[in-house]
Amino acid sequence: MKVVVCIKQVPDTKGGVKFNPDGTLDRGAMLAIMNPDDKAGLEAALRLKDQYGAEVTVLTMGLPKATDVLREAMAMGADKGVLITDRVLGGADTWATSTTIAGALRNMEYDLIITGRQAIDGDTAQVGPQIAEHLGLPVISYAQEIKIDGDKVIVKRQYDDRYHMLESKMPCLITALSELNEPRYMTPGGIFDACAAEITTWGRADLKDVDDGNLGLNGSPTKIAKASDKVRKGAGEKVTPESPEEAVAYIVGKLDEKHII
Amino acid sequence: MKMTPEQIAQYKGVFVFAQQVDNKVSTIAYELLGKAKELAESLETKEVTAVLIGSDVKSLADSLAEYGADKVIVVDDPELKEYRTEPYAHALSSVINEFKPEIVLVGATAIGRDLGPTVSARVETGLTADCTVLNIGDFPLVPVPGKEDEQLHGQLLMTRPAFGGNTIATIACPDNRPQMATVRPGVMQKITPVKGAKAEVIEFNPGFTPNDRYVTIKEVVKAVSDVKDIMDAKILVSGGRGVGSPENFKILEDLAEALGGQVSCSRAVVDAGWKPKDMQVGQTGKTVRPNLYVAVGISGAIQHVAGMEEADVIVAINKDEDAPIFDVADYGVVGDLNKIVPKLTEEIKAAKAAKLA
Repeated sequence: MKVVVCIKQVPDTKGGVKFNPDGTLDRGAMLAIMNPDDKAGLEAALRLKDQYGAEVTVLTMGLPKATDVLREAMAMGADKGVLITDRVLGGADTWATSTTIAGALRNMEYDLIITGRQAIDGDTAQVGPQIAEHLGLPVISYAQEIKIDGDKVIVKRQYDDRYHMLESKMPCLITALSELNEPRYMTPGGIFDACAAEITTWGRADLKDVDDGNLGLNGSPTKIAKASDKVRKGAGEKVTPESPEEAVAYIVGKLDEKHII
Repeated sequence: MKMTPEQIAQYKGVFVFAQQVDNKVSTIAYELLGKAKELAESLETKEVTAVLIGSDVKSLADSLAEYGADKVIVVDDPELKEYRTEPYAHALSSVINEFKPEIVLVGATAIGRDLGPTVSARVETGLTADCTVLNIGDFPLVPVPGKEDEQLHGQLLMTRPAFGGNTIATIACPDNRPQMATVRPGVMQKITPVKGAKAEVIEFNPGFTPNDRYVTIKEVVKAVSDVKDIMDAKILVSGGRGVGSPENFKILEDLAEALGGQVSCSRAVVDAGWKPKDMQVGQTGKTVRPNLYVAVGISGAIQHVAGMEEADVIVAINKDEDAPIFDVADYGVVGDLNKIVPKLTEEIKAAKAAKLA
């Protein structure tokens, strides 16, 4: 069984976001991490390796620096790493990103493709389902559990007020929620091997059956009209009352003024 | 994949995916209709169309009309009983290819965030996720000097937060149709329903032939919840880690009851296992816009603020005078919530009783 996990290197928004003087995001000043949903997807794949001897390949698209997350994944137990990098692929929206990744996947063998549900930088949740669409595969999003049953996969799929147990034939694409599992740590031996491991690097020419018009900034149907720091509502009043009674009188007075009570 | 201006000109009207679950229209569908009506006013064709997909759902068309749909396209088939990506994507993309709308809005729900990307890829257009503001305008916003005649008008401008709500971007889809967006629940306003309003109902069935992309549903497990959705509440009393314990939420429940509201919470409270996820306000929870939001013992992380800053009136009670919640609160009180909240409950009861007398 062959599993390909698509992972993304993202800035860690938890540690606070840094901006350049012009208001754009200062990615260089922020710690780069493996996207949490993707890491859960990788862990799910590694459990299939533990249980069924699945071969796990990690695939990412990005700058050459993104090999860091491939090596991290390999130190956790992934067998192979593939980086897609090329200047012409830069500035891609979710459509152009998914056509690129689908173009790479057409060169690969897989029974299962796992992606994270969404990445913490864009939060779109679009690339996984779009890859499945380009490849003509069934897709199951928001996976909370993944099990294998012969040539089928059984997935617990989360919805707002329920879950469905779904069964799909393989090959299929699954998008993983970070709640799926607790990802394992890298092992010292794994880190040693991963440092020395060879990473396959592909460029534009290695993508199969993809039109230039569907790649990079030029092939992106969505265009940014404006980007800015969020303008927040200004602060109102702040008081430090002497006693709880005074605090209560203040709040009740304001609610009355606003006709709320 | 760019379309020609002639192709683009064929696409007219604003379509809304009218999500239904268990043959009940989801609130998001009415919110999207409210927004669609407003957008359609700024466009050449003023028409709003709801796309209703399911099994035995035709009777829901009237309620969509009452909330602003001029037309309802019904795709009714036994294969569509429960949501599954493939038959629903086939239904919606077939409607798009047949009727050619210029705008398609889908709710950013656990259904819409799966359906939207699949359909947008199938009909080969762009999709902007989790939008919080939509309007019609020009692209580029300001014409490029010397290329004034290349500026496009009547474009859908889609605004969304990114990077955990730290930045905000406005996105257009100038060269492809339809212009597609998923919209965050709880953000758009539904209209006051027009009782007895009728829409033109169009039945459309593109044919459903199961293949390997049709997954099988083995089991449906509904979460049991008798709690009203916090997104429908006019008044929310919301607790954070500062409340101290799950038991201490009792004082918030009492206050909420006195005010005629409900209790919600921050992510810290859900992570600690004190309250279920459907009570969580914020970036990874729900977006709420009640008339009154009382933040009790909530520090006000940016992700939390993203989910509640649209409330009409925000009151914050926190013992830390530097808590960021005070930056968005209309009325901030620095003090001990354990002393203030129970007294506030009593005073509100008294004030309400006095008004009734």
